[in-house]
Amino acid sequence: MSIWGRTAIVGAYEHPARFAPDKTAYQLHAESARGALEDAGLTIADVDGLFTSGVGPIGILSLANHLNLRPCYLDSQAIGGSSFVSHCLHAAAAIAAGLCTVALVTYGSTAASERFAIGTGGGGFVMDPPDSFEAPYGPTIVGSYALVAQRHMHEYGTTSEQLAEIAVTIRQHASLNPHAKYRDPITVEDVLASRVISSPLHLLDCCMISDGGGALVLTSSERARDLRRPPITILGAAEAVQHSGIGARDLVEIAARQSGPLALQRAGLRHDDVDVALVYDSYTITVLVTLEALGFCAPGEGGAFCAGGRIGLGGALPVNPDGGGLSSNHPGMRGIFLVIEATRQLRGAAGARQVADAEVALVHGTGGMLGQRHSGVTMLLGRA
Amino acid sequence: MAETKAYRKPLPRVDEESRGFWEALARHELYFQRCRDCGTKRLYPRALCTKCLSSATEWVRASGRGLVYSFTVTHQNQSPGFREEIPYVLAIVELEEGLRLMTNVVGCAPDAVRIGMPVQAVFEDVTPEVTLLKFRP
Repeated sequence: MSIWGRTAIVGAYEHPARFAPDKTAYQLHAESARGALEDAGLTIADVDGLFTSGVGPIGILSLANHLNLRPCYLDSQAIGGSSFVSHCLHAAAAIAAGLCTVALVTYGSTAASERFAIGTGGGGFVMDPPDSFEAPYGPTIVGSYALVAQRHMHEYGTTSEQLAEIAVTIRQHASLNPHAKYRDPITVEDVLASRVISSPLHLLDCCMISDGGGALVLTSSERARDLRRPPITILGAAEAVQHSGIGARDLVEIAARQSGPLALQRAGLRHDDVDVALVYDSYTITVLVTLEALGFCAPGEGGAFCAGGRIGLGGALPVNPDGGGLSSNHPGMRGIFLVIEATRQLRGAAGARQVADAEVALVHGTGGMLGQRHSGVTMLLGRA
Repeated sequence: MAETKAYRKPLPRVDEESRGFWEALARHELYFQRCRDCGTKRLYPRALCTKCLSSATEWVRASGRGLVYSFTVTHQNQSPGFREEIPYVLAIVELEEGLRLMTNVVGCAPDAVRIGMPVQAVFEDVTPEVTLLKFRP
């Protein structure tokens, strides 16, 4: 029997904190867990599946300790910022298989108050085999994405103005989100006038570094019917990885090219069924190449596709109505917030930034370094 | 003259799978691997062919000529060794033999680098043990 359509998101909570020097990361996990469980109308005692990432190699044990949980199912998938989207996929499989009944996914990070220069700090990583052939040359995270942007410009004539328009649109969305960190409108000129971090990417092409936390509660669709909130159903999902292989990778081919069509097929949906898209916007180029790779437009058409308000509220495919990582929050691994905003949108509870009649949301998380090794996880969610 | 300034950038881990590559670089020669059973070329070096899983490997010398496949001029990197060299060029170079690798383009103004620009290997002895492969126009 298929696992799709049998698991629902029943609780979701985004921590309002954007800068929290008075809190620990584990506290943000716990406060987010409390928020999501209250949202679901469940208690911590109901949780028997625990999912997290970004907590260190065996940090899920510390998290279980901190929350005093003894779940019968543990998953600390660590594939970068997309991990939390992956957790939802894994939770759907685990719940459908009867391995757990109530899954709690949590995230917490104090990256900003710890002054962790995520995108331009370099280092801090283990020297795995491929790293020996990359790290000596100084690839920052911004630089890795910039390599993709530069190649995309070369192959297709994509411009800095087109990338900037993505940042402008997502900032417009953030202006409607009272919790967003940056809410003042910006222009294409502002983006182009901001300093170059790693060419061709400017400061305003890059996501911010904030603190933050979030949590999700998932259970079977059957049990979800008795809970407080309208269940948001996992209709289909898929994971993928892309890397340099044995030395001939096409840089503009990203993991979403594999995960997107597979997730849509599993959900039995087509692109025009999607009402709102939550696409990991670590950088403007990430949005552009992800929409291409997911198949919303042909390779090379991403720049034109994102122009003219198409990905804005009221457009054909609103993207990141909450303001994304570019303008709302980005504590380092943003995947959970994609799922939380998709849930709010499908509940019709997104306030001033609500996408009218949103019935199907597509979530795509990217994790890792786009120009090197990265994961892509696509998930389709629907109003039950 | 001994170099007095300590080298602060990350150094590769020279291990059993990659030693032949690094030893060649120390001789200022560039080698990649080819499977003796199915002929598949590979870089970075590893013990098994990823296509047929054979362990039978030969080392093949590359010409050292290539083209810039993509690049970025890095203007911000807080980590030691790099922050002193900003702006520097991170690049992917495609070797004449069809293999792509990450590197730095040196020996020209960062703003002069273009995709498709012909480049030539240069061998930088960064420590007594380690030589890095970089490229110049």
